[in-house]
Amino acid sequence: MTRANWTDEKVETIIGNLLIVGVVLSAAIVLVGGIIYLIHFGYATPAYSVFRGEPDTLKSIRGILRYAFALHGRGIIQLGLLILIATPVARVAFSIVGFAAEGDRMYVVFTSIVLLILLYSLFWSSSIA
Amino acid sequence: MNVLEFAALVGIGSFLAGLLGSLTGLGGGVVLVPLLTIFFKVDIRYAIGASLVSVIATSSGAAAAYVKEGFSNIRIGMFLEIATTMGAVCGAFLAAKVSTAAIAVIFGVVLVYSAYLSRKPRSQADRDAPPDPLATHLRLNGSFPDAGGVRHYNVQHVPAGFGLMFGAGALSGLLGIGSGAVKVLAMDQAMKIPFKVSTTTSNFMIGVTAAASAGVYLKRGYIDPGLAMPVMLGVLAGSMWGTRILVKAETRWLRIVFSVVIALLGVQMLLKGFFGTI
Repeated sequence: MTRANWTDEKVETIIGNLLIVGVVLSAAIVLVGGIIYLIHFGYATPAYSVFRGEPDTLKSIRGILRYAFALHGRGIIQLGLLILIATPVARVAFSIVGFAAEGDRMYVVFTSIVLLILLYSLFWSSSIA
Repeated sequence: MNVLEFAALVGIGSFLAGLLGSLTGLGGGVVLVPLLTIFFKVDIRYAIGASLVSVIATSSGAAAAYVKEGFSNIRIGMFLEIATTMGAVCGAFLAAKVSTAAIAVIFGVVLVYSAYLSRKPRSQADRDAPPDPLATHLRLNGSFPDAGGVRHYNVQHVPAGFGLMFGAGALSGLLGIGSGAVKVLAMDQAMKIPFKVSTTTSNFMIGVTAAASAGVYLKRGYIDPGLAMPVMLGVLAGSMWGTRILVKAETRWLRIVFSVVIALLGVQMLLKGFFGTI
């Protein structure tokens, strides 16, 4: 029986590793982007007391990817943050696989609902706000 | 002050917030937003966006260590995440509708209440209640390794816990904090889940809850890379170091000091909200 191989402990171990990889990867990318940003703009004056909102290149997934691959420091930081936000989403997606392999249908449904809410927030929320 | 000095100072402040947050178990996010708005004069919306990002980082970093110990219950976590993520998306939408002064006032109340909660002794009654049919049906009951072998527990009051979790998610989405205190309250006090299981499962859930509202915040342009960079790296480094020295550290006095700091920041936020200086 292959299902016996998929215990809660095994799923949890894989999820633990997934989280570590996600955090380390995003922190490394944010650090690299931060260094590039500080080299270029280190002597500028910070202006955070007035809220302006980010430009389109830093708030849409497509904009961030394009800006990051053009090696802009702020774009690279934002890409790192995007990976950070995606880490829990990947965790939830993997949990669905784990519950399915355990044959736990009820929790496949619960976890899918959580995944849908997360995907909604990442991809479609701007059309309503 | 130029960008380099600003990043360095915010980084140090965030490191301390992360360190104290993990040593005391009260979380770093709760002091970050007041720190950024009161001392660095950052607009509260940018502060919330940066804090939310750091909350995901600490939760994922800490959960990675906790899940392997076998205390957290992934079924309880996943079931309740339906409530927290829905709450988080609602909270994030609400953040755009209410004024920054109102957010500051709500933040102040949450800070003062968290400080109060952290000083309150927790009750240990009702721990051996018979299984609840709903909890049994949802397969929420579990067990964890204890000093005297494996200990089983029965989860109670599922609807109340679910409702509180929606509230925890809404606060997280509105204020950019992990709201670990409310999550632990829902699991430990309402659902009668053992404290150790509640805290580790809460930690596990915080990242997913924060990710649900972070998507909305990113889309709305509240997450600024120049600010989020030192905050995220600082908090992450601080909390990782905190979990390492936790075993050796004397945390009782630290908790008292930190809860006083939280209460004072709460009063500051309330004043700022009421006098519209935010």
